[in-house]
Amino acid sequence: MTREYTPEGLDNALASGQAPDGEGAAPASPQLPALGVVGWLRWAWRQLTSMRVALLLLMLLAVAAVPGTVFPQQSQQPEQVATYLTDHPDLGPLLQRLGFFDVYASIWFSAIYLLLFVSLVGCILPRSRTHLRAVRGRPPRAPRRFDRFPAKASLEVPGTPEQVARRAADAVRGSRWLPRFRVDVRDEGRGVWSVAAERGYLRETGNLVFHLALVGLLVAVATGQLLHYRGQAIVVEGRAFANTQTDYDTFEAGAGFSASSLVPFALGLDSFESEFDPVTLQSRDFTAHITLTEPGQDPVASQIKVNQPIETGGAKIYLQGNGYAPQVTVRDADGNVTFAGAVPFIPQDTVYTSQGVIKVPDVTSGPQIGLQGVLLPTAEQVSDQIWRSVDPQPTAPLLALAVWTGDLGLDDGIPQNVYQLDQSGLTQALDADGRPVTLYLAPGETVDLPDGLGTLTFDALPRFAALDLRHDPSLTWVLVFALLAFAGLATSLFVPRRRIWLRLRPAEVAAGDSAEDHQDEGPGSRRTVVTAAALARGDDVGLQAELDRAMDRVRAAESGAGTGGTGR
Amino acid sequence: MPLGDISTLLVWGAATAFTIALIAYSAALARVADASSRAHREARAAKIAAAKQARAAARETVGAGGPGGLVVPADDVAATPDAGPEASGVSAEDEQGAAGPSKATGIARSTTYLGAVLLLAGIVLRGVAAGRWPTANMYEYTLVGTFVAAVVLAVVQRRRVIPFLGVVVMGIGVLALVLGLNAFYVQADAVQPALQSYWLVIHVGVAIAATGIFTVAFATAVLQVLQDSRENGRSHLTGTWRTADGLRRSLARWRVTGPAFAWLRTVPSARRLEALSFRLNAIGFVLWTLTLIGGAIWAEQAWGRYWGWDPKEVGTFIAWVVYAAYLHARTTRGWAGRRAAYFVYVGYAAVLANFTVVNLFVDGKHSYSGL
Ligand code: HEM
Repeated sequence: MTREYTPEGLDNALASGQAPDGEGAAPASPQLPALGVVGWLRWAWRQLTSMRVALLLLMLLAVAAVPGTVFPQQSQQPEQVATYLTDHPDLGPLLQRLGFFDVYASIWFSAIYLLLFVSLVGCILPRSRTHLRAVRGRPPRAPRRFDRFPAKASLEVPGTPEQVARRAADAVRGSRWLPRFRVDVRDEGRGVWSVAAERGYLRETGNLVFHLALVGLLVAVATGQLLHYRGQAIVVEGRAFANTQTDYDTFEAGAGFSASSLVPFALGLDSFESEFDPVTLQSRDFTAHITLTEPGQDPVASQIKVNQPIETGGAKIYLQGNGYAPQVTVRDADGNVTFAGAVPFIPQDTVYTSQGVIKVPDVTSGPQIGLQGVLLPTAEQVSDQIWRSVDPQPTAPLLALAVWTGDLGLDDGIPQNVYQLDQSGLTQALDADGRPVTLYLAPGETVDLPDGLGTLTFDALPRFAALDLRHDPSLTWVLVFALLAFAGLATSLFVPRRRIWLRLRPAEVAAGDSAEDHQDEGPGSRRTVVTAAALARGDDVGLQAELDRAMDRVRAAESGAGTGGTGR
Repeated sequence: MPLGDISTLLVWGAATAFTIALIAYSAALARVADASSRAHREARAAKIAAAKQARAAARETVGAGGPGGLVVPADDVAATPDAGPEASGVSAEDEQGAAGPSKATGIARSTTYLGAVLLLAGIVLRGVAAGRWPTANMYEYTLVGTFVAAVVLAVVQRRRVIPFLGVVVMGIGVLALVLGLNAFYVQADAVQPALQSYWLVIHVGVAIAATGIFTVAFATAVLQVLQDSRENGRSHLTGTWRTADGLRRSLARWRVTGPAFAWLRTVPSARRLEALSFRLNAIGFVLWTLTLIGGAIWAEQAWGRYWGWDPKEVGTFIAWVVYAAYLHARTTRGWAGRRAAYFVYVGYAAVLANFTVVNLFVDGKHSYSGL
């Protein structure tokens, strides 16, 4: 009982033969038994490529995308997924099995969008064929009656119908080089002529380009998934990093990746600059000054900023994070160096309160040592034993560390997180009162480790840059298809598709007149009545104005012809 | 006074102007509603009188022994007391013409302009105070979005004022501004490195414009469905509810086919509203597509990947798919018109949720609101 908004019959006249909709198939379904396998397949295909199913799949896609924002996702927040699993021991595993923590790679999500794309291709290919035929063919002939059309006009001009028809066709077409309309002149017999004009083929072209570009986009993205690689590395000021898989802290690649495609360049971090707002302490600028050495070439100085990655060896290098890496030296009781190096501490907040772990496995005697604690770039004492950072810049750095001894567990062969201490084989060092020992150090200071384990020196506080390196050969294609889709979409929504028909009849339809004797008559001696109608695809406010403009051009052409002689 | 504070003051001024516009639009609506429902009642009374007469005439005819079948059965008229506007014989244009542009409409229109100008000044000053393009946090998003909605409203109403659209859009606008000033406000300031890019202008600017346009399109779609219901004599309040029928009866006076909604007669037809809503939604959708693509290009630069299913990305994607479904629904038999409008509701809800829920309650890479 829903009411159609389109003028009955009219819109369909324009759409006919263009929308290979499966709509007609649906009511026919009661005759199922006689279908056979091929029939069934055909029926299923017709259903799948129908607009109604496309609509359903689109809505399903929207709904299926929601859980990904409700539940933590493995690919983005693996820690939160783990937390969720421990917090919900009943529901968690079930959700995990159903793919709710990896929604966008789940079977059901993939099934929906793949079906949608199959439907799209099935929909768009026949449409393209029809459109190609329409583009090659002539504009459809004028309908018999004009009275039902949304835009109408009429006019009386001097000249015979044929003359007027030819001049009107030129006038409606517009400039020869940039024609506005495609026109077709027809002799309808009995002295009546008609002109059919159509514009806006680009509308349908745009629509097809849009849909096909979506397919291209999907293919490009999938190719990128296959061939890409990305690695993350933390580089401390004064150090360098080589583009080999082992130099990355984390490395991840598609199935089509081969290690030989890594160009062995080297990247050194010369210095790292950061600026913060003095009042709000918000970050304002980060710059990594680097030296890049590509194989067989001289080192080049360059810089990487947020929003300004550099490109080298077919990959882009991004600045993704930064922080401090306290440089420390640990000596054993005999004064031998057991550890020396800069250890990245990971910032936890806007004032760069940073957490980190220093592991000292290579002791000559005694237990292994683990130091765990925080770095405060600008420390301020709040009360006894309590310090906090008040500025992200290192104006008064302080390192506060707890000491653990025992077995670090590094020899078990299980990969360890360098930022965490596995405390299972360790015991915490306590002071005489049985309270945990905390060491406080400013740069340049040396303190004794408890229990005569040796000394710890805080040598300096270099910064580090967290770099993200990514290679994706499909990027250009992804962009090209996205822009094509955009252009196609805008064209298909904003280019009007319009048809105009003119019918030209002799003004004094003298029944006895034969149509042949018009040659010897001057153009002024006969008059022609021009009636016109126009039709658009969908609702089109500019339709009447378009028709009026066309009629104006016809009138202008006729008055031009009237003064300029007999025309052609 | 610092520039930032002057900006805030101007925004309060704009909120006040929009509030007056809201009241004026409501008054205009009430006036039209009043006149229409009076006309509705009078027409109905006249019709019943006519029906009585006809019935009397019929009796006479029958009494005279003539063929009674020729007379229009009077019950036909009496049985449809709440028939749509066509039945009442008064066309929309007539009534509007008769009423003329009221004082309230004039006030509403000029306060809308005034509010938009104040808001624009507030936005510009804010940009100057912060030393950058003013679309970097929720507060600024709210300001610019409301501004765009007000401008689009003014453009849509430039020839003919539809008070209902004014009420809905100004209602949302005032709410947004007050919420922005009280809940989303942050000091005008420079931005963190990730936001220092010309994409802040393109990506966010376009997203805001789209949101503003979707707002007016949404209001139009609401009106379209009301009008459609009235034209088709559809109301859930006229039948009987199996349960809670008492509730229904107490609400019955609000049925869309009744006198309370007689003002719909002065509103363009559902078909014209649908066309308007589609034009706005089409522009909004194209801009939304640009937002999506621009966001991906920016993400590629700032975060090192063009797409990562970040909650904000997902929200934008969902809204985009829903509006795409809307466009498909329009061309699907049985889904055009009224049902297509439902997609507009869902799409607009997705756009709003993407702005509010995702920014405030979900943590992702887009947590730039400063709250
Ligand atoms: C990935 C899935 C799809 C997306 C994102 C999508 C998106 C769109 C958009 C944005 C439009 C608006 C352009 C316009 O109105 O001219 C559109 C139009 C259209 N789409 Fe799709 N589409 C999808 C799949 C399909 C499928 C599966 C079909 C066929 C069953 C289809 C058939 C059409 C048709 C016929 C139109 C033109 C409607 C008209 O005449 O205005 N689309 N599509």
